[in-house]
Amino acid sequence: MKTLMTRALDLAQSAGAQYADIRVVENRTESIQVKNGVVESINFSDSMGFGIRVLVNGAWGFSSSRELTTEEIDRVSKQALEIALASGLVRGEKVDLGPPVSSQGKYVTPVTIDPFTISLGDRLGVLLAADAEMARVDGVRVRQGNLVLIREKKWFANTESAFTEQTIIETGGGIVATAVGDSEVQTRSYPNSFGRQQVTGGWEMALKWDLPGNAERIANEAVELLTAEPCPADTTTTVILAGDQVALQVHESCGHPIELDRVFGSEAAYAGTSFLTQEKLGNFRYGSELVNITADSVSPYGLGTFGWDDEGVEAQSAPIVKEGNFVGYLMSRETASKLEKVSNGCMRASSWNRIPLIRMTNVSLEPGEWELQDLIADTDNGIYMATNRSWSIDDKRYNFQFGTEIGYEIKNGTLGRMLRNCTYTGITPEFWYSCDGVCNKNHWNMWGTPNCGKGQPSQIAHTGHGAAPARFRNVRVGLYKPT
Amino acid sequence: MFGREKAKDIGEDVLRRAGKDAAEVILSFEDQSLTRFANNYIHQNVAQRNVTLMVRLLRGKRMGLATTNRLDGHGLDILVERARANAKISPEDPDYPGLPELAQYVAVDAFDQATAGYSPQERAKVVGTACRLTGEKGLNGSGLFSTGTNEIVVANTLGLFGYHSSTNGDFQIVVAAEDASGREQGSGWRVTDIPTESLARAAIQKAEDGINPHQIDPGEYGVVLTPYATEDLLNMLNYYGMGAQAVLEGRSWMNDRMGEKVMSELVDIRDDGLEPEGVPMPFDFEGVPKQRVDVVERGVVQGPVYDRITARKMGKTTTGHALPPTMRSLGPIATNLFMSPGKTSTEAMIRSTERGLYISRFWYTRLVHPRDCVITGMTRDGVFFIENGELAYPVKDLRFTQSYVEALAKVETVGKETRLLMSEFGGQATRAPALKISEFNFTGLTV
Repeated sequence: MKTLMTRALDLAQSAGAQYADIRVVENRTESIQVKNGVVESINFSDSMGFGIRVLVNGAWGFSSSRELTTEEIDRVSKQALEIALASGLVRGEKVDLGPPVSSQGKYVTPVTIDPFTISLGDRLGVLLAADAEMARVDGVRVRQGNLVLIREKKWFANTESAFTEQTIIETGGGIVATAVGDSEVQTRSYPNSFGRQQVTGGWEMALKWDLPGNAERIANEAVELLTAEPCPADTTTTVILAGDQVALQVHESCGHPIELDRVFGSEAAYAGTSFLTQEKLGNFRYGSELVNITADSVSPYGLGTFGWDDEGVEAQSAPIVKEGNFVGYLMSRETASKLEKVSNGCMRASSWNRIPLIRMTNVSLEPGEWELQDLIADTDNGIYMATNRSWSIDDKRYNFQFGTEIGYEIKNGTLGRMLRNCTYTGITPEFWYSCDGVCNKNHWNMWGTPNCGKGQPSQIAHTGHGAAPARFRNVRVGLYKPT
Repeated sequence: MFGREKAKDIGEDVLRRAGKDAAEVILSFEDQSLTRFANNYIHQNVAQRNVTLMVRLLRGKRMGLATTNRLDGHGLDILVERARANAKISPEDPDYPGLPELAQYVAVDAFDQATAGYSPQERAKVVGTACRLTGEKGLNGSGLFSTGTNEIVVANTLGLFGYHSSTNGDFQIVVAAEDASGREQGSGWRVTDIPTESLARAAIQKAEDGINPHQIDPGEYGVVLTPYATEDLLNMLNYYGMGAQAVLEGRSWMNDRMGEKVMSELVDIRDDGLEPEGVPMPFDFEGVPKQRVDVVERGVVQGPVYDRITARKMGKTTTGHALPPTMRSLGPIATNLFMSPGKTSTEAMIRSTERGLYISRFWYTRLVHPRDCVITGMTRDGVFFIENGELAYPVKDLRFTQSYVEALAKVETVGKETRLLMSEFGGQATRAPALKISEFNFTGLTV
């Protein structure tokens, strides 16, 4: 392996590249999907290949292939160089990567129980048991469950003498119950929305989630939602968001706008830019003083946890928002050097056939002081909303509108009636400035987002978001009015 | 490229390794290149070559899947063994109707040698022209130019064999001014059909016209939608209800509306995988020939697209819209959508509007509620207030929350020109006209 990788780097350098790196990635994914008691698919998937990134005359080229042979290494290296030369025909300022990176070492995701040692029968048993529990509830039309195991081995080398080897292990799973009534469809998910919760870690987390033990509850909630009161229409109130929804709020309204490539316009044609422009760094009140947000790639179970990023920069932790003030970006080597800073290790590619982009690591809201029941008791009127159902935000990440699967009225400090079709909207800094309560570490959880899209060609990243329930004042809710 | 014969050999090799078991192979090859630009220069420039080989192995009614990108003999052995092991442990699947029989396919042309051989230098030349044009105006250009080749084989142990090769090209440009932007896109399987320079000039013009936008109050407005915005309406109606699985599960906007006139009689929507004006594909991922499906005819809901599983459950015939078996949970979807054009130019639509909004594009649209296909999203890259038949002034972006079914019920005019657009996630093409709609619900502002 190392010989082939060195060959690619030598070829690039001898052809005039100022810098080159190569990643070899071997991914194994095992997934099971069950719907209404039928095992819809058991799929074991393998993918292996390599990608070579070269910098020639200050311009980038990248090529990739699945065939790890000497001949293909030579062809792909040559193609990457040719592409870089073509990039040079329409070049901006020469790329400056800042200080060299020469990381060495091995990293393996710590797991208590290697999920790949769990038999297929046992995995299937968990999903079928959860399905049976959901099936006990009348009125549930669609019952779904899935488990996903991923083991990704990655080797990285660059022309600055870095060589790292890491194995990232992920475990994901979830169940969904959908109930259908007269012109109404309601869904409840567990442990997270969009099919599953996912972590870096082992089967111990799947055991902790206890999918069968929560199946009947969510099935009942889905049915109950069909006849629940609708979210009050277009009004302003206090909102307490559950931890899973806070995680999504952090992802969309903080995680994306702090990507420094967006700030520099690299994603302007697609994902968009960012309202957190350069001059705001260190000079902008992003939220209330209770808002502390950190980006790290070291937290246990975070989907953004690894040994090194895809430029060989070591995993680390960095403040993003400190007591409400905006203090940090997610950076690559190239973008950090434009700010005369050093990368904080956020470059990741979704696979061997994609270039690394700045991606969220674990962007987390730090825990506050409140117990959840005290926070609710402290709220005269409002709505408690949980589990994301719909998410939309503008291209600068200012205006958002999110919907949740379930809500509860808060009256005189207690949770009241269940509410359906809850939506809320706001402007990012105004919303975070209205935050006046964050729950403590007892309620804080590391949520996984395994479906974060960015880049062209499209890349799906896995990101982590630690979050606890939090309270926001004067929030506009009820944007959906049934016809 | 593999070519038909080599691809067939690989498929047959896998099926042989399945032995006495029934099996199906889906082999897809892609050779894709993409040049991306921002701030008037190329900042990302990539190429990839990959295959995905999937086998579905059946032991009676038990089914197992395995996928790989390794084509050596050992890799194929492992692939088949994994699929077999998965089939052994899987409970019987009462819904799967078994492998499809041998089929005859209509020959469709979707391969262009010039597109297949397009070089990084050629893409750079096109991008260079676009960047020069935006730079000369003091504006900021960003976007992409991609070209590529795809091959797909579907084969099974009942003798079914389908092979299809295609090329693709896509040019997208966003031109940004201080407080405005304009976007254009052109797609097709012949790269020379994409008018890249005129698209760049149109995006520049729109950005210049959009400078110094006014803020208006949210509320109900009549709108003129470009084909880009119409494409979003069609795609969301597709994702959330044009497939039989969604109808079966009661989450489609078609539920309780079948056979009813719920859209304007000017609205005709069909899916046609064989139509040369789209991106043709002769069969689906089960190897079933594609059928034309009239989804909405003169505003009346006709029915969804089917794969073999949903057709069997609902007593219908498949229309050739299966996705790969790993995506079975989604059910079938339309992949070559067309909305029939009308007789009116966009200019005439604007001239006939006393007061309304001209919308260039929707962005980040997401489902709020399924049964009415209620969608929220933002406008982007050019909104203009129409007053007395003219584009009076640019407007800041707005958020909307709107039932797309109701929006199509309020279509007053359909544009005479259509545009072919590749979907955001690939694999799907839509040909859409401009639309004039009497009411559209805008619910918020941005900064």
